[in-house]
Amino acid sequence: MNIILILAPASIGLGALGLAAFLWTMNAGQYDDPEGDAARILYDHLDDKPPADPER
Amino acid sequence: MSQGLALHRDLEAFVQRDDAGRGRLELLVTGARCAGCIGKIEKAVRAMPGVSAARLNLTTGKLAVDLEPGKADPERVVETVEGLGYRACLFDPAEAGAAQDREGKELAIALGVAGFGAGNVMMFTVPAWAGLFGQELNASTLTLMYWMAAIVATPCALFAGRPFFRSAWASLKRGKANMDVPISIGVILTLIVSFSETMLGGKHAYFDAAVTLLFLLLIGRYLDHRLRASARSAARDLLALQAPVALRLVDGVEQGVPVAEVKVGDRLVVAPGERVPVDGVVEAGRSELDNALISGETALVPVAEGARLHAGALNLSGRLVMAATARSEDSTLAAIARLMEAGAQARSSYVRLADKAAALYVPVVHTAAALTFVGGWVLGLGVREALLRAAAVLIVTCPCALGLAVPAVQIAASSRLFRKGVLVKSGAALERLAEADHVVFDKTGVLTEGKPALIGAPDQLVALAAPLARASRHPLARALSAAAGAGPVAVDCVETAGQGVEGVIDGRRARLGRAAFVGVRGGDARETELWFGFEGDLKIRFVFEDRRRADAAETIARLRRLGMSVEVLSGDLAGPVGDVAGALGVSDWRAGLTPFEKAEIVDRLKSEGRKVLMVGDGLNDAAALAKAHVSMAPGAAVDAAQTAADLVFTGEGLGAVVEAVETARESRRRALENFGFSGLYNLVAIPAAVLGLVNPFVAALAMSGSSIAVLLNAARPRLGRRA
Repeated sequence: MNIILILAPASIGLGALGLAAFLWTMNAGQYDDPEGDAARILYDHLDDKPPADPER
Repeated sequence: MSQGLALHRDLEAFVQRDDAGRGRLELLVTGARCAGCIGKIEKAVRAMPGVSAARLNLTTGKLAVDLEPGKADPERVVETVEGLGYRACLFDPAEAGAAQDREGKELAIALGVAGFGAGNVMMFTVPAWAGLFGQELNASTLTLMYWMAAIVATPCALFAGRPFFRSAWASLKRGKANMDVPISIGVILTLIVSFSETMLGGKHAYFDAAVTLLFLLLIGRYLDHRLRASARSAARDLLALQAPVALRLVDGVEQGVPVAEVKVGDRLVVAPGERVPVDGVVEAGRSELDNALISGETALVPVAEGARLHAGALNLSGRLVMAATARSEDSTLAAIARLMEAGAQARSSYVRLADKAAALYVPVVHTAAALTFVGGWVLGLGVREALLRAAAVLIVTCPCALGLAVPAVQIAASSRLFRKGVLVKSGAALERLAEADHVVFDKTGVLTEGKPALIGAPDQLVALAAPLARASRHPLARALSAAAGAGPVAVDCVETAGQGVEGVIDGRRARLGRAAFVGVRGGDARETELWFGFEGDLKIRFVFEDRRRADAAETIARLRRLGMSVEVLSGDLAGPVGDVAGALGVSDWRAGLTPFEKAEIVDRLKSEGRKVLMVGDGLNDAAALAKAHVSMAPGAAVDAAQTAADLVFTGEGLGAVVEAVETARESRRRALENFGFSGLYNLVAIPAAVLGLVNPFVAALAMSGSSIAVLLNAARPRLGRRA
């Protein structure tokens, strides 16, 4: 049974990692312009990084 | 737009500055669609002096430009973008701030957190359910599982529940109970009971139910928000586009000023292609005005010195100098805007289906829960068992299905309509549309195409005049050249504002324009006409008519079959309105109405208990659109009409109106089915909970089961009907 004490926190930790990644993409403005991002990836000369300060 | 910008104006107000003096400018760019557009626009703007960065958001159409300290020339940025062939206008910083979708972001984050909680809490509750059915799981392990579930679920539920708690609190403060009240009470009570059960070593804890309930509800809430947000941002863009500038003439120099600053007596310049900014009188210049959007009149109105101008009229051919007789706030346009506002306010008091259901649901469920508690206690179950059963009643009657019932149906319906070219601005609009029983049509631009078309002219005569018509940008000349197709253009063309165009075709001098300009006396003022003639030769008359939409008659017949009555209200003259109404078989029509009379008639119909669907496209309809129970505007309508309307339809036909009404009625039926289903489900679930037959496993199963059934019913394609 002791294994639960390791496995349970480990799996919650993984889930939390996923949640943290989602919150990060959200705050980094990665969902602000889906159409533009789809277009930007096609050409090298376009700036395909997310905007520097999405909140401003 | 570009004419106004060629002048010097102080646009510093549009620049947002930080402490170091760096500026940020936002522009709304229309016409950009692809990766190539992004490259062109960003490269050109970045290359400008004083610009440090530029980024175009293709989804919202906003171009954000970062400026270095000191130098700022917003006009040049606009000119640069317009020079590339896109339409651009400056975005008011106040509007730009509001445009960020904070609510959507908050809901998405809450949804993410609830999803995380609902997924991970299963890890502990599934083993606990196994224990409920007699598998090997001793009491202390069960309690351990519940504690771990509590650690995951409680913070998630409290965080993800904030949108509901806030809304429930606001509703209670107003002395009403909306759907969020039972949700909030259910979640909080569930958490409290589950904690006390876990501490006392009991077998029933519902941590998973609390967070899963919120997860399912947030899905519905997020869908509903997405539906409204896209429409709202469209409306905001329209407002920003109207950032109005008037050209004031001071000592012979033209100066751009905000329309709000125009004073009575100011002399203003109205260039061809621009709208008259405020009411006034012409001081100099001749031109023709298109009043269609103000009054619905189809005939173009010639104006000369001394003529009265109404704000919003489109100046077609010549430069006019006018004296303002009213300030912007006192102009016709502003009066229409005030009526629109009043209409929108009246409409916001509409009670939505889900709230009506909540008004029924809340007292029933809460009474049942309270009776269970009191009854159980009195009958000797003990406080703990009685409270547990009362909580079970609240949990199994979970309003998930109710919360999803309406948004799921409306999302399905509006995406179906979107594919057919109808944009639905809100779920409430669909509900109101389903109730409509009387349709009011505007004539110009709705029942008709809204632009003149040549009628009954032999091809060889059209071909004769076409070379001159092609040289002019006047709407009638354009209609003539459209009828003729491509071909040669006359040479040495000179256009006389408000009169016509003169040029040389095959070596012969010819004129095309008003009767007097071509050398004909009289002419028939009742009809829209254009004259053509070679010097010293016979004169030819072309007549234009605003053609009826091809499917107007069919649309009206179909609406009647749906049990709706039809009426036509127009600002145009009685002659053309009567013709159109007669041809379409509508006996109920009125002509020569002002925008205010239209709104009044709609108001009167409303007070008679009719649910009016208004379909209109002009500024003169905007007030009536806002006042009607529900309203639709074609995609070619003026911005104000599109903003006021609940639904906007694109495409050539009127069939979209019938389509929208049918879909709205269908989705209302679906939503009611869903409510019926939830009611039926509760009829079984409440007695089961009261009798103590519900355990956490049954609660979880019932909750997801009912929600899935509601979602499937919403997504079900229409049966036995053509799609």
